[in-house]
Amino acid sequence: MDKYIFLIPLFPLVGFLINGLFGKRLGKGVVSFIGCMTIAFSFLVALFIWKDLLSLEPEQRVFTQTLWEWMSVGGLKVDISFLIDPLSMLMILVVTGVGFLIHVYSTGYMYEDESYWRYFAYLNMFVFFMAMLVLGGNYLVMFVGWEGVGLASYLLIGFWYQEMDNAVAGKKAFVVNRIGDFGFVLGLFLMFWTFGSLSYQDVFPRALELFEHGGLSFNSPVLVAICLLLFVGATGKSAQIPLYVWLPDAMAGPTPVSALIHAATMVTAGVYMVARTNVLYTLAPTALLVVASIAAATAFFAATMGVLQNDIKKVLAYSTVSQLGYMFIGVGVTAYWAGIFHLMTHAFFKACLFLCSGSVIHAMGGDQDMRHMGGLAKKMPITYITMLVATLAIAGLPPFAGFFSKDEILGKAFSFAYYPVAGKIIWFIGTVGAGITAFYMFRLIFMTFHGEFRGTEEQRHHLHESPPTMTVPLIILATLSIVGGWLGIPEIIGRALGHVPNLVEGFLEPVFEHSHNILSAHAPHVHVSEAVEWTLMSTSVVVAIIGISLAYYIYMVHGKDLPQKLAEKYAFHYQVIYNKYYVDEIYEFLIVLPIYYLSVFFWKVVDAFFIDGIGVNGPAWLVKRLSSGARLVQNGYVQTYGTFMLIGLISILCFFIYR
Amino acid sequence: MNEPILTYVTFLPLLGLIFILPIPQKSESGKNVIRGIAFLISIFTFWASLRIYGAFDASIAGFQLVEDHVWIGSYGIHYKLGIDGLSLWLVLLTTFITPLTILSTWRAIDKRVKEFQVSLLVLETAMLGTFMALDLFLFYVFWELMLIPMYLIIGVWGGERRIYAAIKFFLYTAVGSLLMLVCIIGLVYFHHNHSGHLTFDLLQLYGTPIPRNYEILFFAAFALAFAIKVPMFPFHTWLPDAHVEAPTAGSVILAGILLKMGTYGFFRFAMPLFPQGSDYFAPLIILLSVIGIIYGALVAMVQPDIKKLVAYSSVSHLGYCMLGLYVLTRQGVEGSVLQMINHGISTGALFLLVGIIYERRHTRLIKEYGGIARIVPVYSTIFLIVTLSSIGFPTTNGFIGEFLILLGAFKVNKLAAVLAATGVILGAVYMLWMVQRVFYGQVRNPKNLHLKDMNLREVAYMVPLLILIFWIGLYPNFFLSKMHASVDHFISQVKVEQVEKTSHVALAQSIREAALSASKAKE
Repeated sequence: MDKYIFLIPLFPLVGFLINGLFGKRLGKGVVSFIGCMTIAFSFLVALFIWKDLLSLEPEQRVFTQTLWEWMSVGGLKVDISFLIDPLSMLMILVVTGVGFLIHVYSTGYMYEDESYWRYFAYLNMFVFFMAMLVLGGNYLVMFVGWEGVGLASYLLIGFWYQEMDNAVAGKKAFVVNRIGDFGFVLGLFLMFWTFGSLSYQDVFPRALELFEHGGLSFNSPVLVAICLLLFVGATGKSAQIPLYVWLPDAMAGPTPVSALIHAATMVTAGVYMVARTNVLYTLAPTALLVVASIAAATAFFAATMGVLQNDIKKVLAYSTVSQLGYMFIGVGVTAYWAGIFHLMTHAFFKACLFLCSGSVIHAMGGDQDMRHMGGLAKKMPITYITMLVATLAIAGLPPFAGFFSKDEILGKAFSFAYYPVAGKIIWFIGTVGAGITAFYMFRLIFMTFHGEFRGTEEQRHHLHESPPTMTVPLIILATLSIVGGWLGIPEIIGRALGHVPNLVEGFLEPVFEHSHNILSAHAPHVHVSEAVEWTLMSTSVVVAIIGISLAYYIYMVHGKDLPQKLAEKYAFHYQVIYNKYYVDEIYEFLIVLPIYYLSVFFWKVVDAFFIDGIGVNGPAWLVKRLSSGARLVQNGYVQTYGTFMLIGLISILCFFIYR
Repeated sequence: MNEPILTYVTFLPLLGLIFILPIPQKSESGKNVIRGIAFLISIFTFWASLRIYGAFDASIAGFQLVEDHVWIGSYGIHYKLGIDGLSLWLVLLTTFITPLTILSTWRAIDKRVKEFQVSLLVLETAMLGTFMALDLFLFYVFWELMLIPMYLIIGVWGGERRIYAAIKFFLYTAVGSLLMLVCIIGLVYFHHNHSGHLTFDLLQLYGTPIPRNYEILFFAAFALAFAIKVPMFPFHTWLPDAHVEAPTAGSVILAGILLKMGTYGFFRFAMPLFPQGSDYFAPLIILLSVIGIIYGALVAMVQPDIKKLVAYSSVSHLGYCMLGLYVLTRQGVEGSVLQMINHGISTGALFLLVGIIYERRHTRLIKEYGGIARIVPVYSTIFLIVTLSSIGFPTTNGFIGEFLILLGAFKVNKLAAVLAATGVILGAVYMLWMVQRVFYGQVRNPKNLHLKDMNLREVAYMVPLLILIFWIGLYPNFFLSKMHASVDHFISQVKVEQVEKTSHVALAQSIREAALSASKAKE
């Protein structure tokens, strides 16, 4: 099947072209059929390739395919090529699998929209570029996907472009991502001039070779620089500090888009990239420390920002930023597989959460404000139960998926080999953040599904459970939010249950093998006893329960007055957090406006006045003035000319006489 | 001697005048016949130029299909044409863009149709001649010949301030060219002193030993002439004026082809003729290129007029071309050549698109539009694709050019590469902001409610450009493979005099390495 890797991106591309070019005339049925089936086919192809991959020995599980030579200039040779190893396999299964469910859901959610065909064209285009990103065999093909998903995101955030705010949010996403890509591209330049290639299969072996022969050492400046520059790209795409600001605004797009692009797949591209580059990162501990620290800060701050949001999608948006932080903590403390594992479980439960919120918004007639909701559990039982499952998963309660993946990350942070002290601090921040996560997610559940309905009468009549096209994907995703975690259960639980293997870690092991070798050979070994591991695990469960209880106390027991009272008592803190620490305003004031006024200054003063006015038109003006002076002499009167002649003659005569 | 294909291609447009001149243009049908003939001639020229492509041998580094005839023997002036891997693409670009331009003028130019088409065809001959001439005198003749039809196109068919813009364009470029002429004669004089015979043949003039001071001086004069044409910061202010006043066809030719004369001049004449002078000024030129990239982008961002925005974006894009040329790495130079073609396609397409909407609404101010994506979906889609190409989106042509240039620059001058790369961010800002204000939101201006979408003729001349955008983006090797040999030759020509300097760098490198290993040993 490895000859057919190219089919995975090809199907969505064909779907995009058909729906994009002819969708308007095809009718909604055909458009949905093409839109969904292309993704289903890609998923099927991926499954077949997976089967083939599993039939190989673990060390040999790599398929490559080269389509054509893209560009070759001097030493630069870049192919349009694909690489499937366990890492990209897992990613593509998530992308096409979850992608398919969201496509199906969209047929219900978007059915009323007049630009239905355009929506599906964009969505297919997104899956095409995401497949390129994940399957690409070198960094430049990854970059094609990387910018491509950004384009799809731009178009889908601004899908309802007649609202100017949506178009602005789309542009903001694109531009902020471009800032990240600026770093990413510089990282690629440095990588190329260091290793002479951009292909995964050249760069990593060469890096290891150089490392063994002393050409590179731990924390070589060039390695740290490459890793940090690539991470700049990741902070853009995966919404980390300081470039996270576009993601909350991106909620302007249709909700299934938020689920697919801004939660389950695209935003995790940065995590995938770091995991893909694990060899270089493991050789650059300083870069890892930066990644893990920024990730921890993001995980914590985004969680606090989620606490006071009233827009149901904004809560989920900040929660996504926060959860992406956890994934980066994972890859940042060299627990690459754990980061990817959390990426996978997050794809399940966060997609489920977003789709549930979409179902709620659908029922509320487009209203996203949780202050208008309440008591929806009775009207929409399926949505309620699936969302509750996903919420328990993200809150990190066993046996739901998020518990296993988040706990693995925090446990690995606690035993971070390169920087043990920093690791403990990161663990602490992460654990507190997990408690806040549990708090704000249950705040969402309580405000939305419990208590009294607070919306208008009209909305109350309109309340209904969503159609099966929407609820079936919810049920599947909720199921995955439970069983997904059991694919990667921690060693000690596996032992306690009697040798249950950790499937995800085992499957991904060949990809991270070199990193593990480097770590075991060069990093100090941190031993964590079984008792400590159990303690850590119980700690996170306890913290989650505290968070949930607090939410229950504030929003259920004293839901009528306590939130209000707290807001008044801590008015300053409330305002700062409610306004998201004024980060957008600070950026506007410190970066956007100065550049704008500088540009106006360049245009009006430098360009129009100095360069053009004085530099170019100045000489022209001077010539004009001088010639109008000279013109006085040549006025056409014979008398004047005669006078000049006379003066001349006399002068010459004088000259000859008196010389 | 083989068939003189180059001469055929160069003078085909001029030959076509025989058919156009006798046709009366009083009636509408007469005008259409003139347009039709002009279009056919340009298509025929394009077809003929494809034969150049067929005859081109990518493995040869020097000039090919050379035609050499004595013109003014007593001064050693020849009629000599030839092409290499750079001019091949610029010739094809010229013959490709011209028919599209003629199609775009079908409705836009309604007065003095005959004179207009004649100007366009004369211009085409002049441009083709400039790209192929291998004799400095012949080159100069074609170079100056270009000015006249372009002057007329802006001055006669232009907008309100057309006379001002036309005169500014003419005088500004003429000033540079005159200095160049003086230095051409100076160069020939030195060559005569050295070798004893008088010639304007470029190939013989390459490598003429000139005193260093004179070489620097000569380079400065050539560079000024070409820098004005590029245009490099701070010689760019004629460009926005010329673009805004020129009719669409004029802007397309101006941006698509005429600006390439500047970069082509550096590549063909200024740098290989005077390597030492080029080396002397290299830091300044790299600095001005980087300033141009950022400055052009910033000023483009705040323009209220779409056409002026595109004009300033040209300053930014051409900055990349100059940067690529001057880093003298293979990636940089090939990226630069590719970016010249890219700019011709993308910016040409943008001007055509601006022209389409100007024809309907007679305004180019951004604030007059808003929300028109719903009214003119085909137009909006094509505009967005061209925008993506202009901001260097991967899979389009713009990405390949910018990536190669910056990659090549990064090796030589990290700071310049980093600063230039910020232009990629700014490019997205000014283009997408404009797109947002023109196409998105509600339709606020009632005049836009009944805008007509693109008709078949308009789509017909955009589609070839769109195909090329993706062709270069997805399979640039088709274009790059033809220029490898010529670019290598160029780099060796320009770098040849700098052996001393490179050994300097190598020395510094070895010292640094020694220090590094010493510090390692200490550990």
